Amino acid sequence: MAASSTADDVKLLGGWPSPFSNRIQIALNLKSIPYDFIEETFTPKSHLLLKSNPVHKQIPVLFHHDKPICESIVILQYIDEVWTKGQSLLPSDSYDRAIARFWAAYIDDKWFPSLRQLTIFAQGEDAISAALKQIVEATAVVEGAFADCSKGKAYFGGDKIGYLDLVFGCFLGWLRLAEKVVGVDLLTETKTPGLVGWVERFSSNDAVKSVIQEPEKLMETLEFLKAMFNASTT
Amino acid sequence: MAEEVKLIRTWSSPFALRIVWALKLKGIEFETVLEDLASKSPLLLQSNPVHKKVPVLVHNGKPVSESLVILEYIEETWKEKPLLPEDPYEKASSRFWAKFSDEKLLPSVWTVFISQGNKQEEALVPALENLQFIEEQLEGKKFFGGEKIGLLDLAIGWMADMVSVLEEVTGLKLIQEDKFPLLSAWIEIFADVPEIKESGAPREKLISKFQAIRDAYAATK
Repeated sequence: MAASSTADDVKLLGGWPSPFSNRIQIALNLKSIPYDFIEETFTPKSHLLLKSNPVHKQIPVLFHHDKPICESIVILQYIDEVWTKGQSLLPSDSYDRAIARFWAAYIDDKWFPSLRQLTIFAQGEDAISAALKQIVEATAVVEGAFADCSKGKAYFGGDKIGYLDLVFGCFLGWLRLAEKVVGVDLLTETKTPGLVGWVERFSSNDAVKSVIQEPEKLMETLEFLKAMFNASTT
Repeated sequence: MAEEVKLIRTWSSPFALRIVWALKLKGIEFETVLEDLASKSPLLLQSNPVHKKVPVLVHNGKPVSESLVILEYIEETWKEKPLLPEDPYEKASSRFWAKFSDEKLLPSVWTVFISQGNKQEEALVPALENLQFIEEQLEGKKFFGGEKIGLLDLAIGWMADMVSVLEEVTGLKLIQEDKFPLLSAWIEIFADVPEIKESGAPREKLISKFQAIRDAYAATK
């Protein structure tokens, strides 16, 4: 748990396996914002979670001077707008910002649901095959996005890690787990050379290292999620 | 260089309409490119190759897609007559509820209107719950943006004409005045704002369109 700072008074209600929580943890680390990490209990959902996010009842929730902000994309932009010293997460040019926001929506609305479909929901050979096809296609789209946004530089954000690096990078642990479980590499030198190089650079950053989980650690959470899904559909 | 702003849209898309409103409220001159989604134009396919959907804003030849992304782009590019509050916390709140409108509220309302019988009864539960969340956001306010229209009003603005059209098509009154007094009042003043009033699609045309959609869903049971 990071040391708390009364000056900034930042708390994050999150979960170590949650990519959306990881997204915010990395952002706070990048901006050197000290915060208290509150681990959500989940079963059952804590009183704090239900009170601070009654609409979605989901983590992460950022508390700044005890005021809650929900939805990781909204939180990222809030952090960028409040803590303006040091590196900016979103690009400075308004068109580049629109492109970053567009791809963030694609990653959250199309890419990640495809990954979840493959790892949690798809049952039986046909469904898994279809899900795999979808995630491979979506990943190819993200490779294209990387080429467009990085413009030959190291990160989606250019020379430094930015908004889109966090939006996609937070899923790396789960992506690696999916590859292990299905036995197929989603990121390869031949198909996604840009992303392969990017993963190495992104993962080695100090702000990221302690946050993104090894796939083995996530396996138990995956089993739990699958069990919950199966229980809800029987 | 003279500013060139094009909006690729369809006559009925509520997502495109919110962009029309934003451009008009900010006094930005623009050209409308009407799309027939049954036969997508090369311009659309080129401007939004990922989703092939409307709306797309093309500013000096550069395309921006996804309506909430477009709204933020418009807000940041043309800074007069701001649509978002200055305070970061209030801004975050507008963004949160705009996402809620698109991801939860609109789909739940839509489900009510394409459902029949028991399924419709079931669909009412989340829809009414979502409407209640929005109702609470209007507490002490004239518009979602406060005294003036803001980005959140534009994001939720699809309720202003769409809901009454859907209510007429199904005969189901979803936003009852006694249950949702603030929302009912907001729908009236929002619809009355000149830039909003002059932009709506012809009501009879909307009614025909949604009647046909609802009939098609009923026929697939």
